Amino acid sequence: MALEFSKLLSRLVPRGQGFGVLAAGSIVVTLVIILALFAPYLTPYDPTSTAGPSLHPPSTEHPMGTNRLGYDVYSRVLYGGRTILIVVILSTLISMIAGIPLGLFSGYRGGAVDRSISVVMDSIYVFPGLILAIAMAAALGPGIANTALSIAIVYIPTYFKMARGQTLSMKEQTFVEAVRALGAKSSTLMFTHILPNILPTLTVVFSLNVADAVLTEAGLSFFGLSVPAPTPDWGYDLRAGQPFLPSGYWWLITFPGLMIIALAIGFSLIGEGLNELTSPWTAKR
Amino acid sequence: MCEIGNLVSLRTFIVTRTLLTIPTILVLLTLVFLIMRVMPGDPVLSIVGMHASEEHILELRRELGLVDESGNPRPLYLQFLNYLINVFRGDLGRSLIWGRRPVLVEVLDHLPATIELTIWGFLVSIAIGLLAGVLSAHKRGTVVDQSLRFYSIVSYALFIPWVGMLLQMLFAVELGLLPVAGRIESGLYVEHVTGLYLLDSLITSDWRAFYSSLHHLVLPSVTLGIVISGIFSRLSRNSMLEVMSQDFITAARARGLPERVILKHALKNAFIPILTMMGLQFALLLTGAILTETTFSWPGMGSFLLERISYRDYTTLQGSVVIFAVMISLVSLIVDLVYAYVDPRIRF
Repeated sequence: MALEFSKLLSRLVPRGQGFGVLAAGSIVVTLVIILALFAPYLTPYDPTSTAGPSLHPPSTEHPMGTNRLGYDVYSRVLYGGRTILIVVILSTLISMIAGIPLGLFSGYRGGAVDRSISVVMDSIYVFPGLILAIAMAAALGPGIANTALSIAIVYIPTYFKMARGQTLSMKEQTFVEAVRALGAKSSTLMFTHILPNILPTLTVVFSLNVADAVLTEAGLSFFGLSVPAPTPDWGYDLRAGQPFLPSGYWWLITFPGLMIIALAIGFSLIGEGLNELTSPWTAKR
Repeated sequence: MCEIGNLVSLRTFIVTRTLLTIPTILVLLTLVFLIMRVMPGDPVLSIVGMHASEEHILELRRELGLVDESGNPRPLYLQFLNYLINVFRGDLGRSLIWGRRPVLVEVLDHLPATIELTIWGFLVSIAIGLLAGVLSAHKRGTVVDQSLRFYSIVSYALFIPWVGMLLQMLFAVELGLLPVAGRIESGLYVEHVTGLYLLDSLITSDWRAFYSSLHHLVLPSVTLGIVISGIFSRLSRNSMLEVMSQDFITAARARGLPERVILKHALKNAFIPILTMMGLQFALLLTGAILTETTFSWPGMGSFLLERISYRDYTTLQGSVVIFAVMISLVSLIVDLVYAYVDPRIRF
């Protein structure tokens, strides 16, 4: 994948526009990851214990103020990044591990098997993702693994469709026919010859999908269906801050919300940038 | 002769397309069934609590179809069959809390509010999306186009509750122009005709209620509209560009027609595909509506689901998801049928 990326990058630089979008997205995402990763070094406070007076506006001591329980909002924002990133990465991995091999198999095999798997995947694909995740999360109960699983179900069809579509077009190509003529096994063909060729498309789908998964996690957490209560989580903090909005405690909702959209926009920009770079035809339109 | 042939193929299309919704609904029903069975622990115990009487537990087990009449556990496939039959008979079970009303009745109580919000959010997003998309296509390659395309990426990534809260903060708390939340002023009541307040108050000529519901509708529908508009703007831009590259536009240009007229011609031709693609975004609108509702205490399906989740009212949850599945399948069916009627090329 690293190789694909560097190949991509070297192709992009002179082209400008897509590259700028990609760079902007990468900077935002990297920044959020750094904030989450180095949280303990960036804040002296524990995100789940009282660090100051209740509902204190932003000050030098608490740059983003404190919440009702006197927790430091800045610390909660930093540590909340860890929660959402872990859940989203985990769920994306699950979706890919389930969706991609299934798509490869279905597309390669064809026929009735392919049609049946496709009907199942299409049905899940058209259903509103958040509602499916809500039902799943409500049944499974709170926790990082359960939340990740609930989100993963929603996005398996995305990876399935991508892998299947690519496999179908790849199957017709001469090099695949040549490998098959040499007597390669189907599994070898799928995983060592077709899979590497779908990686560029995968990077685009992956980035756009992670952006979507970030919003779904935030939605679940806003519904109180993500990690259990005191654990910092942006969506949950946003909901917890809402009752104080009419009284003018703006800092409770502003910062967690800003982080959610920063992360989502960051991944979207990476996806769009990569898309313009990998398929110049759509970029021109 | 040609007319009749057309009608026959349209009828075949309608029948095939309608039959195709059956597998979709079946898959979703199965999924919902499985999701509700992965619940860790004993679902019945988690509903009634550890201290419920033996009799009460057995009764609930029987009602949920987990055991047969004599109290023996039912195999999973029989439970599934039982559930399918009930769903197709329109029986979604009874709610597990508060007077144990039928789930279908409860859902139908809350659905109109969601539909009203969805319709207005859709209209707002069409207005913004079409305008942005057409402008973007018209000014293709310029700074205007670039910024509008940036807008379409960014707006999709906006988190609805956050946008809603910012608007609440600005227009309701700071400026006091619009209500913070709710669907209508407390104390006002709209006579039930369709369940859509704006329409019902119009039908019954209740102007105070009409004004109040309109007032309450502005912020939620704008919030929903803004977030969805990005996708519509992109769809409109692409459709417009496709139409603008066709020969009849080049011909019109060659004849020296003013750009305004050319744009009008192009839009007329791009409008149907745009509308169809917008119809396909119904799932997205529904997801958006659910988040918008919980932000604005809008008494629709989203707020309803949120409330029932906290009471662990699983039959209601399951029933609501079933209703959503049916709605999604029906809307996509309708969109396809309308498209087939308007554009004969896609009847296969």
